[in-house]
Amino acid sequence: MKRIYNVLVQNQSGVLCKVSGLFWRRCFNIDSLAVGETEDNSVSNMTIVSTGDEHTQEQIEKQLNKKLDVIKVKTFDEGEAVCRELMLIKVKYSRDNRRDIIDNCSVMNATIIDMANNMMTIQICDTPERAQIFLENLSHIKIVEITRSGTVALTKCKEG
Amino acid sequence: MNGADAIVKCLEMEKVEYVFGYPGVAICPFYDSILNTKIKTVLVRHEQHAAHAASGYARLTGKVGVVAVTSGPGATNVITGIATAYADSIPLVVITGQVDSRLMGSDVFQEADVSGACESFVKYSYIIRNAEDVPRIVKEAFYIANSGRKGPVLIDFPIDIQNQKIGKLEYPETVSMRSYKPTVKGHTRQIDKVVRELKKAKRPLICTGGGAHLSGAADVIRSFAEKHNVPVVSTMMGLGTLPTEHPLFFGMVGNNGQAYGNRAMNQADMILLAGARVADRSIARPNEIEDNKVLVHIDVDPAEIGKNAGPSIPLVGDLKSVFEELDKEAISTSTEEWLKMLADFRREAEQDKKAKADLVTTPGTVDPTRFIRALSDAMEKDAVYVADVGQNQLWSCANCIIREGRFFTTGGMGCMGYSVPAAMGAKLAEPDRQVVAVCGDGAFQMCMMELGTMRQYNVPVKIAVIRNNVLGLVRQFQHFTYKDRFSVIDLTGSPDLESIAAAYGMKFLHLNDEAKMAETVKAFLENDESVLLQCDVDPNEVA
Repeated sequence: MKRIYNVLVQNQSGVLCKVSGLFWRRCFNIDSLAVGETEDNSVSNMTIVSTGDEHTQEQIEKQLNKKLDVIKVKTFDEGEAVCRELMLIKVKYSRDNRRDIIDNCSVMNATIIDMANNMMTIQICDTPERAQIFLENLSHIKIVEITRSGTVALTKCKEG
Repeated sequence: MNGADAIVKCLEMEKVEYVFGYPGVAICPFYDSILNTKIKTVLVRHEQHAAHAASGYARLTGKVGVVAVTSGPGATNVITGIATAYADSIPLVVITGQVDSRLMGSDVFQEADVSGACESFVKYSYIIRNAEDVPRIVKEAFYIANSGRKGPVLIDFPIDIQNQKIGKLEYPETVSMRSYKPTVKGHTRQIDKVVRELKKAKRPLICTGGGAHLSGAADVIRSFAEKHNVPVVSTMMGLGTLPTEHPLFFGMVGNNGQAYGNRAMNQADMILLAGARVADRSIARPNEIEDNKVLVHIDVDPAEIGKNAGPSIPLVGDLKSVFEELDKEAISTSTEEWLKMLADFRREAEQDKKAKADLVTTPGTVDPTRFIRALSDAMEKDAVYVADVGQNQLWSCANCIIREGRFFTTGGMGCMGYSVPAAMGAKLAEPDRQVVAVCGDGAFQMCMMELGTMRQYNVPVKIAVIRNNVLGLVRQFQHFTYKDRFSVIDLTGSPDLESIAAAYGMKFLHLNDEAKMAETVKAFLENDESVLLQCDVDPNEVA
């Protein structure tokens, strides 16, 4: 079962290591991890996506709360949140498939943000599922490099 | 004033009496500043033992034990001691010297990333980057170590920051950490639920763990149990919550515990698990513990509740506070039949034990269980008994008679060589109390260098070495599991303990004849002096 953990932590060195070390030591799985400052620059927000059974999910939340650098843990399922992932994909194109790539981008709301020497970098910012679909749509094209931000998420406004 | 002066001033403000440690260049500013204070220093012979000694001190006083060692190998040597304290939730503040902060990360001489290495077994760690932060950090460190679920806190202190000049020192009076607010008071609604269930229960049982001692709850648990006639069992770390011979006490639980204690756990229809973490050695099948019974799990650490067993009623809070609340409630219980059933279980077990008592031991050896009983029976009633790790620990747990004294051992980490330094720390804490360390000959050789410390600071600890010239518990395991294919358990080459005692100016006693047990134990315990007692047992004895 996938679960999203929104973890507010003290914005100081070593905290990322402590939190990721906790997952490693206790054999919890990390599907993705994204970190950034919040509106208060002394606080960072970590969005961690993890897969595990109910007992593991409860333990993850409790063990995170036990860390002294952790200020607050909010957990929710994907359905309760708006989730986004940013993916950058560098592909090799030719005259034959250029149009096809552009069409794909336009259908999926992706943008070409860099282009040179028969290569282009495409940006897609969408739900993790749609980002994945886009990637699969490009499977017939030579992909040179991919980088993904990991999921960031906030609970839906009506969920508070 | 520099950073080092500031930290020792802060230690004074925390009323620190002893610092256990071992200096080196990177912690020299600290050890220079400490000369200006009344804080007493104890130079141990190995950094690991500094942490164990501080642990013994902390367990007896309820205060934070303080350790100061140098960088690199000094810091890495202390790690096992820190991990031991973490597993047993013992409050320590460990100060490690560190190389110049401008050189950190460049692998200079005696540099080790100790805060990184210790991350998974410290409650919290600091690297001091600015000497102005010393007062806040020390205040927080002491608060964190000795509140909530207690544990060790590491302060890594680079030498240039120790030498950094600072202005006036203002020691904060309070701690304010937005990310750390341990729950002390149990939730009223949960307490009400416990009371409701207690009223219904026919076979209630309290099972205490190390938390009973750490929160200072032993007295209130005892009075609660007596008031409502609720029987009590303990885990290894909880031993001593009730005196061994208290009519309501039904032994230690777990795979090394008494059969009647485990039967009590199985037969109970309600268990109040108090300050125990459902460890694998205490509760063999945690999934089944809640079968057919109401399981109340009371712990100050919410992460322990539901980790290994899913309780019917989780109750987060400090044990002392929770039992004080429970004590206010009017609960009428009728447990006569239940107590009678438990007394029968105990009687059956005692009869088995009596049958064994008549067995003759191999000539030239004594029965370790009879020795532990004779020793603990003759000890002063408020004595401190420190058991090491191995067969000696299991014999001690099952046979030590605890009255108003304390029983220390390392149940979580099972760290060999704990007993002598921990006993030393306890004796320094309360010099008027009798302190006895019991260890095997394997564990003794892991800590016997501390006889030098005991002699130097005149710490008259009594040490009983149960000698069988093998690593007994491993041998026992290989006997049962590997059908006597013994591997690397032979301690041939161990020193003559009489000569060791003579070398350190200690009295020596040798017990290898049961007929002389009483007089030897008497000679061992009389006078407040260090004694090394060698008690020979047959290597085939199993615990």
